[in-house]
Amino acid sequence: MQDDIQVLIQTDQDIVTARQKGRSLAAALNFSSGEATLIATAISELARNIVAYAKKGEILLKVIINGGSARHGIQVVARDDGPGIADVDQALRDGFSTSGSLGIGLPGVRRLVDEFHIDSVENRGTVITVTKWKT
Amino acid sequence: MEIPILKQSSVLIATLQAAVPDLDLLRLRTALVQEVVRSRSRGVIVDVTAIDVMDSFGSHILQDLAHMIRLRGAETVIVGIQPEVAFAMVQLGLRLENVATALDLEEGMAYLNRKFRSLA
Repeated sequence: MQDDIQVLIQTDQDIVTARQKGRSLAAALNFSSGEATLIATAISELARNIVAYAKKGEILLKVIINGGSARHGIQVVARDDGPGIADVDQALRDGFSTSGSLGIGLPGVRRLVDEFHIDSVENRGTVITVTKWKT
Repeated sequence: MEIPILKQSSVLIATLQAAVPDLDLLRLRTALVQEVVRSRSRGVIVDVTAIDVMDSFGSHILQDLAHMIRLRGAETVIVGIQPEVAFAMVQLGLRLENVATALDLEEGMAYLNRKFRSLA
């Protein structure tokens, strides 16, 4: 089992680093190139949200295995101690963004992955966990 | 790293490398908007064949770039969006509205030439 990969997110260069590591991990696990692109794009968007809203945070990449089917998956955890999201339901609706025109927001990211979980406390921070299973 | 801009007759061509940080993309946008006037170019081709991830930022900057170039009186074509990238963009909800796209450099050049002729 591989160790978790941690990427600190603070600058635009970190966004590139995080998505490249996600793509390499997907390639190492024999994900298709299309799946790897979806994972890398989701990571890029999550990292971008960290830079835009929280200024800094981290992306964790984990390899997980589904017990029943022994399928491999990649879990991406985006964590920050930023302002948090006041209304999570609203943030998950299409067309909602508080940082202006940038960032397509969370609904887009949700469509790229198989599982999506968000935990956010106002003024404390946000943890978004997404999973993509290998087909 | 600065993204080089080439000139072929009246068209400027910028080829993006695989991993472009945001700042380089912003610099390219500024450089192309200035260069299109300085060199009296009529068209701009941005080749994204090597790009493996197009997220909301990248797509917004390309859209802005195309609109700015149009305000300067020239046309922009984005060429070489990879199939997987196109798939991810649509899933994410990115559209590149009102921006011309073409399969590759050759098709992009053909598109611009048709455009120039129709304006002549």
